[in-house]
Amino acid sequence: MSDIQKIGSAGSVESNDCLVTISASDHLEVEIQSIVDAFFHDQIEKVVLDTLKEKGLNNVKVSLQDKGALDYTIKARLLTAIERMEAK
Amino acid sequence: MNNKVNRFVPEGYRPFVSSSDYQNKERKLIKEKKQNNKIVFLKDIKEVFDYLNIQSGQTISFHHHLRNGDYVQNMVSQEVLRRDLKDLHYAPSAIFPSNAILADLIKNGNVTNVDTNYLNGPVSDVIGEGYLKGMLVMNTHGGRPRKIESGELPIDVAFIATPTVDKNGNGYGGIGKAACGSLGYAISDLMYAKKVVLVTDNLVDSLDRIELDKKYVDVVLVVDSIGDPKGIVSGTTKITKDPIGLKIANMTAKLLDEIGLIKDGMSMQTGAGGTSLAVASYVKNIMLEKGIKGSFASGGITGYFVDMQKKGLFDELRDVQCFDIDAVESYNNNPHHIGMSASKYANPYDDPVVDYLDVVILGATEIDKDFNVNVTTDSYGKIIGGSGGHSDTAHGAKVSIITTNLIKSRMPIIKDHVTTVTTPGEDIDILVCERGIAINPKRKDLLEKLKNSKLPIKTIDELYELAHSITGEPKKLNLSKEVIGVVEYRDGTVIDSLYRK
Repeated sequence: MSDIQKIGSAGSVESNDCLVTISASDHLEVEIQSIVDAFFHDQIEKVVLDTLKEKGLNNVKVSLQDKGALDYTIKARLLTAIERMEAK
Repeated sequence: MNNKVNRFVPEGYRPFVSSSDYQNKERKLIKEKKQNNKIVFLKDIKEVFDYLNIQSGQTISFHHHLRNGDYVQNMVSQEVLRRDLKDLHYAPSAIFPSNAILADLIKNGNVTNVDTNYLNGPVSDVIGEGYLKGMLVMNTHGGRPRKIESGELPIDVAFIATPTVDKNGNGYGGIGKAACGSLGYAISDLMYAKKVVLVTDNLVDSLDRIELDKKYVDVVLVVDSIGDPKGIVSGTTKITKDPIGLKIANMTAKLLDEIGLIKDGMSMQTGAGGTSLAVASYVKNIMLEKGIKGSFASGGITGYFVDMQKKGLFDELRDVQCFDIDAVESYNNNPHHIGMSASKYANPYDDPVVDYLDVVILGATEIDKDFNVNVTTDSYGKIIGGSGGHSDTAHGAKVSIITTNLIKSRMPIIKDHVTTVTTPGEDIDILVCERGIAINPKRKDLLEKLKNSKLPIKTIDELYELAHSITGEPKKLNLSKEVIGVVEYRDGTVIDSLYRK
């Protein structure tokens, strides 16, 4: 299976949660849709980028649909999505 | 110019001074409407416009007792569109999503000024986008009758949706296809509008009880339907199941008990939200345990309070608006379930019921370190509601309590400054959230009573820091400074301005 089809997701679109989808890509791309985007966009992006860095992932596409999740929720969802992607 | 809560007040409006400043002024009363006994019965809204010669530039009022099921405001709006009348001033006591057609009237310039106590849905969107040519004025439930009776809001024609009308022209809300119970918000319109139209879908020979006296009525319009019962009352209003809401409610009841408010003769009001009802349920348990009998519960009445009254926990219910089917049924049959006008409920000059409340439980979209509360806009400045009776009850009640989550979907509810001031902090005594309780420092008496309490009493600054340590620091937004309206305090002064999106 080629890298490009690897995909994993975790979370939900319930209040205070987020749905994270991550897939292999030829470059780094982070897409954020959030109900609190105007207030927390930079912080959400930072959690995503820091977590990817920790895991040494550079060539992935992350999309995040956020319903007001706190940082630890975002990180936990992303880590699970990464595990699911890598299990494929 | 800025007012005493440091908010901008546009030219031509009086700035807010303090919540008790109304005491320095005399009540102003215009003459009640001319009473003629000639009532005409019509069957078509077109005939009403012709008969009353409704013209561009006039002020037309409505009540919101049929809430999201109301057809009457929409029926009138259709006719305004058909005739293409311009520059009307609409003064409904509230505007709901089902009143969407008003958005078209605003865009077309048919309606150019709006006075209301509560606003959400499509009409809020177009006003927020700047389409209203004149001003949006957000009143309170007590401020509106004060404004009408003083002549500050002269009404040319009041269209009063009336679930049942008798052949003499008297009206009643407790029965009929569109029964909604108390018609409290319509009473000032009835007494002071130049012309009064009762709109009904249930004409009967006679009525045992009357809320709207025929002596004020000019026209009875009989139509097929005045509203959709499904949108008028909810089936049942229920206690929350959310564990955070229950925790807040439980703490609130314990707090009331420690302050010594749960005692014989007590009076209280809560909203109809799930957490408010949960507070009522915990208070009920304490009352039953201690054998306490209260004097009255007021407000919009729900089945929950109907049940408490039936169990003997309150002597009376004082009801300006029934929230659910059980409340309507009780209003119609229970002699201790008493209707009241919005003026008697909350008009500062009418010795109102709110002044006799021991405790009121209220909500907040935002609260700030000065205890100012916003229930008018969200944190983007979009209008999502309005005071209703918020600032009236907060002022009247001996103890006013805000119950809210500390954080809602990552947004900390405690701000440095609320986006919009609806109710001034001087009238907010206590904030209860899941992480603790903050007492307004000016209530030294309450702090003294609670000094040995095991409840988690904190300062509002501590709760603020706690929330922000969990959520992170929200970015400050640069909101527009283009004024589209004002928030009028109950005394007619402006407590804050409303801005374009």
